[in-house]
Amino acid sequence: MTAAAPAARRRSPAAVERAEGWSRRAPLLPALAFMLVVTQLPFLFTVFYSVQSWNLLRPDSRSFVGLANYAAVFTDTQFLTAALNTILITASCVLVAMLLGIALAMLLDRRFLGRGVVRTLLITPFLVLPVATALLWKNIMFDPVFGLIGFLLTPFGLGDLDWVSQYPVVSVVTALVWQWTPFMMLLVLAGLQSQGRDVIEAGQVDGAGRWQMFVAITLPHLRRYIELGVLLGSIYVVNTFDTIYMMTQGGPGTASANLPFYIYQRTFLGFDIGQSAAMGVVVVVGTIIVATLALRLIFRTFMSAQEGNS
Amino acid sequence: MTTAAPARPGAGSAPRTPARATARSRRGDTARGTALTVLTWAIGLVFVSPVLWLVLTAFKQEADAATSPPTLLFQPTLDRFQAVLDAGFLPYLGNSVIATLVSTALVLVLGVPAAYALSIRPVKRTQDALFFFISTKMLPVVAVVVPLYVAAAEIAMLDNVWTLVVLYTAMNLPIAVWMLRSFFLEVPKGVIEAAQMEGANLVRVLWSVMLPIMAPGVAATALICMIFSWNEFFFAVNLTAAQAATVPVFMVGFITSEGLFLAQLSAAATLASLPIVIVGWIAQRQLVRGLSMGAVK
Repeated sequence: MTAAAPAARRRSPAAVERAEGWSRRAPLLPALAFMLVVTQLPFLFTVFYSVQSWNLLRPDSRSFVGLANYAAVFTDTQFLTAALNTILITASCVLVAMLLGIALAMLLDRRFLGRGVVRTLLITPFLVLPVATALLWKNIMFDPVFGLIGFLLTPFGLGDLDWVSQYPVVSVVTALVWQWTPFMMLLVLAGLQSQGRDVIEAGQVDGAGRWQMFVAITLPHLRRYIELGVLLGSIYVVNTFDTIYMMTQGGPGTASANLPFYIYQRTFLGFDIGQSAAMGVVVVVGTIIVATLALRLIFRTFMSAQEGNS
Repeated sequence: MTTAAPARPGAGSAPRTPARATARSRRGDTARGTALTVLTWAIGLVFVSPVLWLVLTAFKQEADAATSPPTLLFQPTLDRFQAVLDAGFLPYLGNSVIATLVSTALVLVLGVPAAYALSIRPVKRTQDALFFFISTKMLPVVAVVVPLYVAAAEIAMLDNVWTLVVLYTAMNLPIAVWMLRSFFLEVPKGVIEAAQMEGANLVRVLWSVMLPIMAPGVAATALICMIFSWNEFFFAVNLTAAQAATVPVFMVGFITSEGLFLAQLSAAATLASLPIVIVGWIAQRQLVRGLSMGAVK
């Protein structure tokens, strides 16, 4: 720094600061530009398409219709069903996967014979192709004739229950929970392993019970890890498409369609570009409202914790 | 403990009682520990049993796969794997490998400098930039697929594996920047300043000073990107056809197999998942470390 000072003194301090600022920001720009072009630009086009009547099956029919597409979205009961399904599937999947993940991580957070092997077994469902996971649950686990679940439930008189057609949402959530539990477990495990042993030992010396210690010491420590798991899990589960496509095709009817699947149907099976673009915009606005609130909250915790650390 | 003991009245007998209690609780702990170990193993096996059953089914003849009750003993065969390969699996595999590896490499090329910029001397703008990156993950893919489809059709990039490469890079870049930044924050500031003092430029600082320190973190980030790229289905099924389709699209062919081709379905699912499962198993330590640092920094 001292070597550069005499040269820098010739320029005004503000100019130096600006130049330095740019050189600091320069490495950021390619990534920023790439993301703007690939994600934000298409969205502007989505907004543009959403005020047009445009069906690919009738290429000549393209025209400006104002907010008509939006009016149609809000009076579309199937869209409402899909929105409610999205919330139901995401909330139940993230909640159950997180609870299971915490329980499994607690079991893994001690030394025992074959710990590495059990952890390897437990993370495997997260690594299996989700499309394969969906087929596995639909055809091998839930099949009413040959399925393992039916075989295991035969003594209880539920042997030939057709899970996927009678309880499509439950079936989809089951496959998703199975897939996402290892992810939550890994995050919570990382949190547990960063927890100081001395704190736990101090608690033991004080004679605190296991449950008391979990609630009073471990859970607050895990808070940020749990928040991150809920945030990342929600981001990915909200966009679930493959599981529904492979297991139920949104059916029966639209009983298990979520928003990604419903909009896909309108776009690629109905070819209704204008209408599905309007749905996309509505989904984005809805997501932004929910996400900003959640993200701001989580960011505040992260940033304040970080300042506290350094 | 011992220094404080004489101060209390009647402390003379006190040390023995806790010692005995500890011994008893330690014996209790061993029994409890064994029970917990057995329980953990049992839960682990039950949890993974669908995968075990899938792999087992892949080695069956179709007649053994579709039975009620399920068959556990059978003559294993590799026929179903051969049938999957004969059905033209390899081109799908090739597309998946290209889309996954190239997009992951691109994510690192774009993401490492960005994360570096966001980690040194954090300014107010840093938070805004980070917020922007993460917020793009909030954008549902369905909201952009229409213009992407139209644009790709316009420039004749439909059914092209490079379209997937670009989209997967954009899909994974935010999470990669987020994770990588937390690893950069771990590097002592002095190391960077010393390198800069010696006149090293940005590429040199990143390549020969930072990367060796951050190797585990970069590995974890790359692994996460590879998992999500390999498993991606939405763009693959909507933007590709015969030429550029990836492994998940190959699986669509089994959607209507109502118990008829269970063994072949299982063989295909096993082959399709195997590469990422193996990579994930090998790198699981880095994964735990990477995720944890992303959480706290």
